[in-house]
Amino acid sequence: MEQIDHMQYLPDMEILEDSELGAQVVRAMQNYDPQRYTAVDVKRALAADYLTQDDFGALLSPAAEPFLEAMARRAAIETQKHFGNSVLLFTPLYISNYCENHCIYCGFNCKNRIRRAKLDEDGIRREMEAIAKTGMEEVLILTGESRKMSDVRYIGRACEIAHEYFKNVGIEVYPMNTDEYAYLHACGADYVTVFQETYDSDRYAELHLAGHKRIFPYRLNAQERAVRGGMRGVAFAALLGLSDFRKDAFAVGTHAYLIQRNYPHAEISFSCPRLRPIINNDKINPKDVHERQLLQVMCAYRIFMPFAGLTISTRERAGFRDHVIGMCATKISAGVSTGIGSHTEEASEGVGDSQFEISDSRSLDEVIAAIKSRGLQPVLNDYVYI
Amino acid sequence: MNDELMIGGHAFSSRFILGSGKFDLDLIRAAVEHAGAQIVTLALRRVNSFSGNILEHIPSGVTLLPNTSGARNAEEAVKIARLAREAGCGEFIKIEVIHDSKYLLPDNYETAKACEMLAKDGFIPMPYMYPDLYAARDMVNAGAAAIMPLAAPIGSNQGLSTKQFIRILIEEIDLPVIVDAGIGKPSQACEAMEMGAAAIMANTAIATAGNIVEMAKAFRHAIIAGRTAYLAGTGRVLDRASASSPLTGFIQD
Repeated sequence: MEQIDHMQYLPDMEILEDSELGAQVVRAMQNYDPQRYTAVDVKRALAADYLTQDDFGALLSPAAEPFLEAMARRAAIETQKHFGNSVLLFTPLYISNYCENHCIYCGFNCKNRIRRAKLDEDGIRREMEAIAKTGMEEVLILTGESRKMSDVRYIGRACEIAHEYFKNVGIEVYPMNTDEYAYLHACGADYVTVFQETYDSDRYAELHLAGHKRIFPYRLNAQERAVRGGMRGVAFAALLGLSDFRKDAFAVGTHAYLIQRNYPHAEISFSCPRLRPIINNDKINPKDVHERQLLQVMCAYRIFMPFAGLTISTRERAGFRDHVIGMCATKISAGVSTGIGSHTEEASEGVGDSQFEISDSRSLDEVIAAIKSRGLQPVLNDYVYI
Repeated sequence: MNDELMIGGHAFSSRFILGSGKFDLDLIRAAVEHAGAQIVTLALRRVNSFSGNILEHIPSGVTLLPNTSGARNAEEAVKIARLAREAGCGEFIKIEVIHDSKYLLPDNYETAKACEMLAKDGFIPMPYMYPDLYAARDMVNAGAAAIMPLAAPIGSNQGLSTKQFIRILIEEIDLPVIVDAGIGKPSQACEAMEMGAAAIMANTAIATAGNIVEMAKAFRHAIIAGRTAYLAGTGRVLDRASASSPLTGFIQD
């Protein structure tokens, strides 16, 4: 099959003619050389009250690895200063796993023969009711990326229903145009998460073979469109391990930095996913991102942007998650099930298959107990929709 | 001696306003009691939770001061204030309008607008603001019941980094000037009170202390000490030693 040009916008995709932001992020990443930093640079970065982008680069470099303990200590101080003892809780809800993209590392990709499913309105309501009963007050609505099977109206309806059951509604769906984000905001959503996966456009093209997602710059500018559409906050991430994770993490931080700089009111947060085993994943060779490197990235985000939120993924084991809250992470998921309809269907895997395997399947109550046992305060809601 | 803090026609004997945002709910009661606080601030967005209602953890008899955190402009602040009133939080409202996610500095212009709208709506507005004299005067004219300048950016633990500007507000504004945000230690609270601040608002410094109860007590004592010193009138302080050999000593007639 002939592949489309991954740098060329498709006809319905909005182009932000007046913004250079995406291009600036890519240029900054291309100029970033993790190998050029030394221990002296890392020490200087750790001693600085306010970090420059270059300091951030030093903290992400191999030279910073021996300083992980010092980074963790600095990160813990910053987290304490800006967030106190609070730890926010949320749960993701997958409402559809139909996908038109061919991303070779993903369990949902259109070539994978998994059980596809999409919840109808009643199904969405049942799932949300079941989650709300556990006491959860924040939900993140996710879909596979199919405009056909889960169009903007469908997602909007899910947001409206979510607004009845939850205080805080976020979405992690395919990138869309500014007016579509504005519509979803009016439906009750206020936070948008888009994972760029990798900021290296060549590697991106190798991994994303087909579908809307193949268009690199359209995805790259999603957060800016979301903020312009009136969303209160946006989250950034690279799927660490797809490419050089240090360069990708540098791009994530730079992207967040530039959005904050240009839209100072926007609430910024980071996610830190790394590759987990899924169908077909053995065909690619993930670059090694062990817990040590993952923690380095998380601490670097925290020290560079101490005011930003940081979510710890359910892909990580409970022991890791419990230790990073209060140190660098400010938000943790609980009661997670990534199948479709899996919160209410008798079979716990639901009617549609999962995107990836999770490592921490603890319930909300269990996670709350773990947070309290670390002397921290679980917070179910810190937001009001206006 | 009767030394009451008057805000919007209400009298308070304590000059310590405790923030609740960063507390473990189980510890709020103890902190309030040991700090001797009669006013506790709370964010509506936190009250607005289905479970773990913060209101149940605040001792009765304490005046609630809900804040409008989350508001990015005057209109949003008014909406949040009305929600707080519906939630049973009373007429006091601390106006917080923030349009910057990095330093969380208050937007004085929108805050003054919100002040006017809320005062007309029957609230007792207490604006959190950047210590600027003109903005403070606008807020007074708009119906503020107190002025709450920041000592330093939230979470910075820098103490009284805006000291000279707060001093000007204390001198020029007839309403209570309550120092808010950035106070990291009891000594800094004491310093602000010595200067004539009407009260101190703190949260992080106590919520994240090693021993919350002891730190609450320390703040209580520091604020009383500072207030007492202010009322007593601090002694003369000279910028430099007086010279023992005057430059003009050679003059003979």
